[in-house]
Amino acid sequence: MAQRWGLPIVAWPSRLRPSFWDGVALPLVIGTLILLAWASQQMSVPYHPGETLPISLDPLKLPAYALRTVMRMALALGLSLAFSLAYAAAAAKSRRAEKLLIPVLDILQSVPILGFLSITVTGFIALFPGRLLGYECAAIFAIFTSQAWNMTFSLYQSFIGVPHDLREAARMYHLSAWQSFWQLEVPFALPNLVWNMMMSVSGGWFFVVASEAISVNDNTVLLPGIGSYISVAIDHRDLHAVGYAIVAMLVLILIYDQLLFRPLLAWAQRFKVEEIGGDEIEPPWFLVMIQRARIFRGVAHVCGRLADLTSRAATRLPQARAPRPGKRVSAALDLLWNAALAAGSLYAFAEIMLYIHAEVGWTEFGHVVFLGAVTLLRVVVLIVLASLLWVPIGVWIGLRPRLAHRIQPVIQFLAAFPANLFFPLAVYAIVKYSLNTEIWLSPLMILGTQWYILFNVISGTLSLPTDYQLVAGNLGVRRWLWWRRLILPGIFPAYVTGAVTASGGSWNASIVAEIVKWGDTTLTATGIGAYIAVETVAGDFPRIALGITVLCLYVLLFNRLLWRRLYHLAEERLRLD
Amino acid sequence: MPTETSLAGEAGNNLVVASQVCKTYTTGIGEEGRLVLDHIDFALKEGEIVAILGKSGSGKSTFLRVLAGLTEPSEGRVAYRGRAVDGPAHGIAMVFQTFALFPWLTVLGNVELGLEAQGVPAEERRNRAVAAIDLIGLDGFESAYPKELSGGMRQRVGFARALVVNPDVLLLDEPFSALDVLTAETLRGDIEDLWRDHRVPTKGIIVVSHNIEEAVVLADRIIVFGSDPGHIRADIPVALPRPRDQANPAFRRIVDEVYTLLTTVPGAEAGRRGLRPEPIGLGYRLPDASIQQLTGLLEALSAEPYDGRADLPKLAESEHLSTEELVVLVETLQLLGFATAAGGDMETLADGREFAAADLLRRKQLFADHLKRNIPLAAHIRRVLDERPGHSAPEARFLRELEDYLSEDEAHQVLETVINWGRYAELFAYDYDSGVLSLENP
Repeated sequence: MAQRWGLPIVAWPSRLRPSFWDGVALPLVIGTLILLAWASQQMSVPYHPGETLPISLDPLKLPAYALRTVMRMALALGLSLAFSLAYAAAAAKSRRAEKLLIPVLDILQSVPILGFLSITVTGFIALFPGRLLGYECAAIFAIFTSQAWNMTFSLYQSFIGVPHDLREAARMYHLSAWQSFWQLEVPFALPNLVWNMMMSVSGGWFFVVASEAISVNDNTVLLPGIGSYISVAIDHRDLHAVGYAIVAMLVLILIYDQLLFRPLLAWAQRFKVEEIGGDEIEPPWFLVMIQRARIFRGVAHVCGRLADLTSRAATRLPQARAPRPGKRVSAALDLLWNAALAAGSLYAFAEIMLYIHAEVGWTEFGHVVFLGAVTLLRVVVLIVLASLLWVPIGVWIGLRPRLAHRIQPVIQFLAAFPANLFFPLAVYAIVKYSLNTEIWLSPLMILGTQWYILFNVISGTLSLPTDYQLVAGNLGVRRWLWWRRLILPGIFPAYVTGAVTASGGSWNASIVAEIVKWGDTTLTATGIGAYIAVETVAGDFPRIALGITVLCLYVLLFNRLLWRRLYHLAEERLRLD
Repeated sequence: MPTETSLAGEAGNNLVVASQVCKTYTTGIGEEGRLVLDHIDFALKEGEIVAILGKSGSGKSTFLRVLAGLTEPSEGRVAYRGRAVDGPAHGIAMVFQTFALFPWLTVLGNVELGLEAQGVPAEERRNRAVAAIDLIGLDGFESAYPKELSGGMRQRVGFARALVVNPDVLLLDEPFSALDVLTAETLRGDIEDLWRDHRVPTKGIIVVSHNIEEAVVLADRIIVFGSDPGHIRADIPVALPRPRDQANPAFRRIVDEVYTLLTTVPGAEAGRRGLRPEPIGLGYRLPDASIQQLTGLLEALSAEPYDGRADLPKLAESEHLSTEELVVLVETLQLLGFATAAGGDMETLADGREFAAADLLRRKQLFADHLKRNIPLAAHIRRVLDERPGHSAPEARFLRELEDYLSEDEAHQVLETVINWGRYAELFAYDYDSGVLSLENP
C-alpha cells in the first residue's frame, strides 16, 4: 500500500545514483536490523522459575537494557495495531458484532492495566515452559492492553464516520471490500489513529517500566530492561543508578519521538479530509530522509508493485455492499442474538458473585469497596488540585501562541515520560522528612497524567477565536467575569478531554503509587491500588480478581456518572461552531 | 430468469428503465413507514439528457441512487440495458454534489481509482487516466491533491473519474450546485460541448438539479418531481435547438412552466385565490424558511418595481436568490396565506401587503394570527400549551407525533422550523437546554 500512501515512486532502476540521504539511511537500516535480531534472540533464552536473571547496575549495560525495553514496546505496538484493525473492522461492519464488541471494549478500557498482568502472567508462563518467552509475552501483553483499547476505539469511530459520499463513490466505482478497506477506511482513519498511537505509547512507557518486574507467587522475575534496572536500583538504594535510568529513558523517548512519531504525524496530515490546510507541519528530518534516500525509494517501489498485485487480485473479491435493510428473518436472529448476549452476561455475573462469596466472603468485599472509595477520594482531590494549578497556567500559555507552540512538544514529552521512574525520589523525600504517607503518596498518582490537563487547556485556549478576546476587551469584560463568560466556557470541551485522560491514568497509577519501596523500606497508603499490589505479590488470585473487579466498577461508574455527562454538555452547548 | 427476457423485450433503445419503483424509509420509531418514492415509471432513452427537478425532500436524489444501484428499491425494479440492477452496474458512473474525491489521492490517483478496481494493468490505467484528465481540461494538475484545487477544478476531477471508465450512462447528482455561478456555467458548457461533439462514449445522462435554467439549458426532457410521497408530476420535453438562448421566449415559457409546477402548493391549482381547498395536515413537511428572508421577500414584492406582483425568475434574479431558496420562500408565503403563486408569477394578498407595511409589533401579531390559522402544527402546539396546567411541554412529545408522518431527521427539522416561527410570533417560547416549549415570555 506504500504507493497509495504517497511514498514517491521513481522508475527503478533508472536513477540508481545514491543521494546524500543514503549515506545516513544505510547504516541506520543495517544497524537496526542487527539490533533487532540480537534482541529477539535474547527474548527466548531458556529460563527456569526461581532463578534470578542478573541485572547489573553498570550504566554501560543500560543501552542494551533500553533496547530490550524498546523491543517490547515495538512488539506491543505492532500487536495493538493488528488487533485494533481487526476488532474495529469487525465492530464497524457487523451490527450484531458491534453489540457485543463495543461494550466489551468499554469495560476492557476501564480494567487497570497492571491488573491484566496479574491475571494473565501464569497462563503465559505455562504457554512456554522453561523459556523466558512466557514472561516476555506477559509483559508485552500488559503493554498491549495499555494501548490497544484506545486505538481500537479511535479506529472504530473513524470507520463508522467515513463520509457517506466517499462510501458511495467507492461502491459506484466497484471497489471490492478489501480495496475499500485499504483505500478508503484505513486512510480516512489514519490521522486520528496516528495521534492516538502517539498518546497510547506515551501511556505505554509507564507500563513498560512497571511490567518488567513481574511477581508470580511471591517470586519476582526481573526481565532485562530499564524497568528492571530501576527496580534493582531501588533495592540497592542507588540514587545514581536511578539517575542513569532516567537519562536513558529520556533518550529513548526522544528517539521514538524523532524516528517514529514526528514523521508519522507529518505524513498522516495528508489523510485529513478537512479542506483547509490548517497548521502545516514542517516535514521532520527523518521523513525527509525516507522520502529522499534511494534505498527507501526502491523499497517503496517494490511495495507499490506488491500493493498493485494484491489490489488487482482483490478485484475478484466481492464488492463492498451497503447494509441491506433488516428483513423479518434477520429481526428474529437479532432477537435471538440479544437474548444470547443477555443470558451470557447474566450467567457471568452470577458466576462472579458466587466465586467472590465462596472464596473471600462479603466482609472482605465490603472492605475492598471501602478501599475503592478512599482511592476515589484521592483521584477527585488530585484532579481538582491539578486543575486549579494547571488551568490558569495553561490559559496563560495558550494566550501566547508563540510560546505555546514551543512548549507543547515539551509537555507531550513530559506526558510520555514514565512517572514511576521518579517515585524513588519521592520516597526518599518522604522517608527523610518523615511525611504522612496517606497524603504524600497521593500526588504520585497524578504525577504522570496531570500533563494531559495542561496540554488540553493550552490547545483549548489556542483554538479560542481571537475575535472573542477582542470583543471581551472591547466591552471591558475583565477579571472574574472574563473567566466566567469567556475563558472557562471556551476551554471547557478541551479541559474535559484532558481531565478524563488524567483521571483514567490516575486510577491506573494507583496500583503502583499507593505502595512504593526504597531498599527495604515500604511505604503504603490505604487504597484499592495498594490492596491489588499486595495481593499480586502474594499471588492470591481470588483477591486480585476481587480488587480488579471493584476498581473496574469504580472507574466505570465514575466515567458514566461524571465524565460522560460533562462530555455531552460540552458537545451540546459549548462547541465552537 | 423469465423476467429478464421480458425486461429485455421492452427495453428497445432504452438505457435505463425503472418500473413501479417504490421506496419506503423506516420512521423514527423504527417501523417501516414513510413512502419516499411512489410507483415511479421512468425510462432513459439513448442519446438524451434528462433533468430531474423537484423541491428538496421530493425524493429526486433517492431516485437517482435507486437508478445507480446504490439504494435498493422497496418495490418495483430497475433495469440497465435489459438486465436487472442489483448493485452499482458496470457502465453506469456517477458524479457527486460534494465531489466525493479521496483527499489522500492525487488527481491522477482519484481518476485511476475506478480502473484500478476493475483490475486494469498499471500502464494502461495511467494512460487512460491521463487522457481523461486532458479531456476535462486538467492537464498539468495530475499530481495535485484535491485540497489544492478550487471547487470547479475538483468537480472536473469528479467528471474525469466518471468518464475514464467509459460509462454508458452518466448520473449527475446536483454536480454544479456546490459551485459559484460563473464556475458552474463554464463547467456545464464544457460538459455540454463534450456531449454534443460525441467526444465521450456516454449514451445518456440523468442530471438531478434544483436550478431551473440549468435544467432547461441542458436537458432534452425535464422530469418534475412532486413531494410527499415523491412522484413524477410532469414530464416536459425541451425541443429547443442547441446551444440554447436563455432570452428566447420559448425558453422563458418552459422556465415559467417549471416554476409554476414547483411553486404551487398542494391542491392550489384547483382552488380560488388565497383560499386553499385542501388544508395541510399536522405532519406536513414545513419548508425551512427563515423569517428574515420571508420579510425581505414580502417587502421587495410590495415595493417598486413589482407593486405586489412579480415574475418568479425575475424576482429570483433581482433578489439574488437561488431557485431552491425562492421555491422554499414562495411555498411558505402561500402556506401562511401572505401570497399566491400561479403561472410562474407571485402576487401578494391583503395581509401580505399589510405585513410589508407594518411595524415590528403589528408584524408579529399578523404572523401569529396566520400561524394559528394556517399552520396546523403551530396551532396544535399552542393549544397543547394552553391546555396544560403548567403551560409547558417537552419537545419530545411533539417529535413523537411528527414521527408518525416523517423520518426522525425530518421531524427534527420541521419542529425546529415551527419553533423558529413560533418564537418570532411570540406564540410560544422554547428553552434549548431543557428542550421544553412553554408560554413563558423570557
